[in-house]
Amino acid sequence: MRVWKFGDDIDTDAIIPGRFLTIYDPDELARHVFEGTRDEFAAQAAPGDVIVAGRNFGCGSSREHAPLALKGAGIDMVIARSFARIFYRNAINTGLLPLICEEADTIEEGSEVCVDLEEGVIEATGRRCSIEPVPGFFREIADAGGLVAWARTLEEVELCTGSRS
Amino acid sequence: MAATITEMIFSRTCGKDVHAGDVMMVPVDGAMIHDITGPLAIRVFQQMGGKQVFDPERVIMLFDHQVPADSIPAAENQAYMRQFAREQGIHNYDLHEGVCHQVVMEKGRAGPGEIVVGTDSHTCTYGAAGAFATGIGSTDMGFVLRFGALYFRVPETIRIEVNGEFAPFVGAKDLILAITGDVGADGATYRALEFGGETIAALSMAGRMTCCNMAIEMGAKAGIVPPDALTWKYMEERRAVSPFRLMSDADAEFCEVREYDATDLVPKVAVPHNVDHVVDVTEVAGTHVDQVFIGSCTNGRYEDFLDAAEVLGDRSFSPDVRVIMIPASREEYLKVLRAGLIERFVEAGALLEAPCCGPCMGGSFGLLAPGEVSLSTSNRNFRGRQGSTGAEVYLSSPATAAASAIAGEICDPREVG
Repeated sequence: MRVWKFGDDIDTDAIIPGRFLTIYDPDELARHVFEGTRDEFAAQAAPGDVIVAGRNFGCGSSREHAPLALKGAGIDMVIARSFARIFYRNAINTGLLPLICEEADTIEEGSEVCVDLEEGVIEATGRRCSIEPVPGFFREIADAGGLVAWARTLEEVELCTGSRS
Repeated sequence: MAATITEMIFSRTCGKDVHAGDVMMVPVDGAMIHDITGPLAIRVFQQMGGKQVFDPERVIMLFDHQVPADSIPAAENQAYMRQFAREQGIHNYDLHEGVCHQVVMEKGRAGPGEIVVGTDSHTCTYGAAGAFATGIGSTDMGFVLRFGALYFRVPETIRIEVNGEFAPFVGAKDLILAITGDVGADGATYRALEFGGETIAALSMAGRMTCCNMAIEMGAKAGIVPPDALTWKYMEERRAVSPFRLMSDADAEFCEVREYDATDLVPKVAVPHNVDHVVDVTEVAGTHVDQVFIGSCTNGRYEDFLDAAEVLGDRSFSPDVRVIMIPASREEYLKVLRAGLIERFVEAGALLEAPCCGPCMGGSFGLLAPGEVSLSTSNRNFRGRQGSTGAEVYLSSPATAAASAIAGEICDPREVG
């Protein structure tokens, strides 16, 4: 798992620019992922590579094209210090795993990472960093592989019952 | 237990006391989809086994990002959505009415105490109507279309209290830019922003929409102005409503309170490439601009064009600047037209386009070449937002935009007006 390192406030316009929003196919979107801001990504990202970023990854638009483009490029997880709210939900819903790691900044570009979801740790650059557990109601959706898979068997939903976070 | 307006809205909907931090499946009162994010939502709805949307009366669609269709794929997406609207009996405003958030507001599709979702991040605009409104992705919307409900985490609230009167040529956009600069691009993530105080009470609905619109630029889930007489009057002009009291309890718990004095506020500008990089206009005055865009869901209303016209007077725009003006809806366009402003703007050298997102969308028209600079009344200045990643976008109020369009460089409206 090779690390692609990004900074703070990576917005969804950077992930997939507005002119490609008529496209919905992840593979086709992946050809334009980070176009204009990090052109080598689309050509060189390999399945299993990981994005590691700073604060507020995925800020901006609600476009689900952003997680889809990353998935199309073979990215299964993004590790960041924090995520923008809509991107976080879109990622969970589309089967891209967003992992919050307070020490994400210490992980270096090009390093190999090993993620142990059971233990809640990432090993990278000779360091072990802890990752925050995905909240319960999101974990169920993530474990199902996304919201479509989770919802497909539902006939109806139970309203206004829930839990505390 | 004391509650914020946001907690009250969720409690009212669920018929029981809920508090910040509760996570639950909550029914929605309204749902909006548009041409960019709608096709995927429809596909997800079908993948989830959806045959009939939960309630066609509560769902609307419209096209605003790429209108009239600017490519064959855009035309295909719109044709696909039209067909879905016909089959489902959903109200389709198509491309006739304007920018989604303006249209939802002026058609009375979001009201006090309601929970409204839209597949667009600026759905938070409807907080100006006293609704809890939030932007969601297409997959969440597919779920909403299927089940009429969505998982929500009831957010904590940051209260923004604003008092004092604006100086001339200073207004709602300067205020919200100043707040965004202070709170930061992620300072309100997963929280609601509640706006109050005498300055907010004195704001028009247009000004309140400008403030709520930009809540997302701080990461907020929603922005909300507690409904008052102005809100209820706005609603009554659009649909039958029965006013009721809806405001945070005096002893409600806010995770943060920020106070502002509007009296001291000066025109503000967000500089490339982050919305929270906000400075006084005087700090960037003199920066050459190639294009000025006045419009969008943030500042595309009649009042915004009136502000621009007041600065313009009988002058002309700089011939070195492409001035693109787009009223946000047909209704707003007609107000601008009937006031004689369109004639004035065209005489002054502006291009007036039909209601749509325009250059703010960054993929349709009015795009920037590498090295070019735009000053825009919209809400985002991310790198590449309005075209080339080699271009720069500044954000300002309509008054500052008009002054800059006259001067050909970023200009303090207090000096021109």
